[in-house]
Amino acid sequence: MRNGEVLLRVENLKKYFPLRAGVFKKVVGWIRAVDGVSFEVFSGETLGIVGESGCGKSTLGMTILRLLEPTEGRIFFAGQDITRLPPAKLRPIRKDMQMIFQDPFSSLNPRMTIQAILEEGLRVHRVVPRDAMQKEVEMLLERVGLSRDYVRRFPHEFSGGQRQRISIARAIALRPRLVIADEALSSLDVSVRAQVLNLLQELKREYSLTYLFISHDLAVVRQISHRILVMYLGKVVELAPKEAFFARPLHPYSVALISAVPIPDPDVRKVRIILSGDVPSPLQPPPGCRFHTRCPRAQEVCAMTEPPLLEVEPGHFVACHFPGSLTLEGTSG
Amino acid sequence: MKEPVLLEVRNLKVYFRNDEGLELRAVDGVSFTVPPGKTVALVGESGCGKSVTALAILRLVEANGRIAGGEVLFEGRNLLALSEREMQRVRGKEIAIIFQEPSAALNPVYTVGEQIVEAILLHQSVSREKARALAEEMLHLVGIPEPRKRLNEYPHELSGGMKQRAMIAMALSCRPKLLIADEPTTSLDVTIQAQILELLRELQRQIGMAILLITHDLGIVADMADEVVVMYAGKVVERGTKYDIFKRCRHPYTLGLLRSVPRLDVDENALASIPGFVPDPLHFPEGCRFRGRCSLEDETCATEPPEVALGNGHVVYCHHVAFPEVCHA
Repeated sequence: MRNGEVLLRVENLKKYFPLRAGVFKKVVGWIRAVDGVSFEVFSGETLGIVGESGCGKSTLGMTILRLLEPTEGRIFFAGQDITRLPPAKLRPIRKDMQMIFQDPFSSLNPRMTIQAILEEGLRVHRVVPRDAMQKEVEMLLERVGLSRDYVRRFPHEFSGGQRQRISIARAIALRPRLVIADEALSSLDVSVRAQVLNLLQELKREYSLTYLFISHDLAVVRQISHRILVMYLGKVVELAPKEAFFARPLHPYSVALISAVPIPDPDVRKVRIILSGDVPSPLQPPPGCRFHTRCPRAQEVCAMTEPPLLEVEPGHFVACHFPGSLTLEGTSG
Repeated sequence: MKEPVLLEVRNLKVYFRNDEGLELRAVDGVSFTVPPGKTVALVGESGCGKSVTALAILRLVEANGRIAGGEVLFEGRNLLALSEREMQRVRGKEIAIIFQEPSAALNPVYTVGEQIVEAILLHQSVSREKARALAEEMLHLVGIPEPRKRLNEYPHELSGGMKQRAMIAMALSCRPKLLIADEPTTSLDVTIQAQILELLRELQRQIGMAILLITHDLGIVADMADEVVVMYAGKVVERGTKYDIFKRCRHPYTLGLLRSVPRLDVDENALASIPGFVPDPLHFPEGCRFRGRCSLEDETCATEPPEVALGNGHVVYCHHVAFPEVCHA
């Protein structure tokens, strides 16, 4: 597949979780974690998915990989509809889609050596012949900046940053086409985070990877992404090329999100747009536009009608009745 | 002219013993001051000893640890020399603390109101009724809607941001002179973080308290702090005004830290990063603890780095400060 072709397409994807209560665990409601999300990911790009806790970004990542079964909607990977593929048919595709999780302490089996962790996928998917396995594992370790002597060690012998490197080695071992990184840098300290971020960038070039980079950290997302998708309460509110997004965010939520990030420079004075209130529950999302309860520009129509996601400029999508009505003028120096 | 000082930490040492009986020098000779009404940020990566330092100021050290030396002078009194009884009058009344996890700091079986009232009654001679009125006023002050109703709610009925507000209300109910805020917004979303930081700033203006802000987030430091203390592996490596640290820093670790933060307002192709990783407290190197990750390292670094005063309170602990300014931020 050439760069720029559609590698992943998600159509009206929904994932609802039942809320149960009482002795008989009756379903009393549905948590609409992902509620009608559509977008495409092009081969070779990094799409950053941002939003606050509870916006559904992690659920979205897991549902795309079919680690969670979608409630509704369709997922196409490399042109093939994988939404309802049975496990046997899904397995060969899994090799092409890998995931890196937030917590390197719980995502590596503590009873397995690094060798066993890295070999597992290679063996299941028969990527390299048995006699080449050792060499391959050592190569992977060195590629992520760890010593080949570590193969016989266990995860607990490593720091958080080193473990995340091991998770990355495991993810790239199968030469996937798509890597979904879910808060992959969030548990790391500042100095180590920069190392791992740079490593992800290098690997992407080297292995022609496509990333879906899920994070709450806008600054990290800006560093790594080509395009940015913003979620709020299970919905996409904005999707745009990175430059356009940061220069001219059109959704009031995006504007508030950008303005809320403190800049590590005392000379930069920002105009803060401080949103009032909390994120409403995904159990009972507000009617109309889900952001209207916190939106500084909400009008009557916002509480009545849900705004569709529309392309207002080439490649720039926004779901708002009054897009661009807030500007970031004077917010960066 | 000498700057007035509210809190002075002098050569504080906090050591822990691990399961094998080995001594971990988690905080090893830390000194800094907090002027009244100002915000001082204590920054560093995990394991640098910033939280242990904050807790040791209130003499809250876990059972396997001990304060092994130094002084904590609060308005001139050494808190480390007070009796436990006297110390209890300081905690909550003169110095209050808020934590990263509000759910861990609030008791789940008491209502929010009961907990604030208890804190007030402990330190102020007022009637229960008056205390309840004060508690309601505090909840209103921290921006909790319908404060009277909230008084009767339990912590689990509040969202994360609201719990953090309730904890701040409780901490500030006795109008402390110093608030220690240990990663107060780390567990919160960025839009809620902005609310809480704004609230702290506003309350500081109203109450006139000083804040010792413990954080790993340099963005929050630039936003909130007057002065900054940078810690690495249990020691202070540099301290100074916010401008000293962000614009004229002289310690290679401070510089490395500043350069490795991705910024929302700038695009970079590759971030600078510090090679290696933070040593664990059992294997801190002798001499300068940043040794092994530092580009300026030579044989002199095996000895304890000198304290170099650069004027106006800007202090660096490094053998190579004589080098031209390392920071061009």
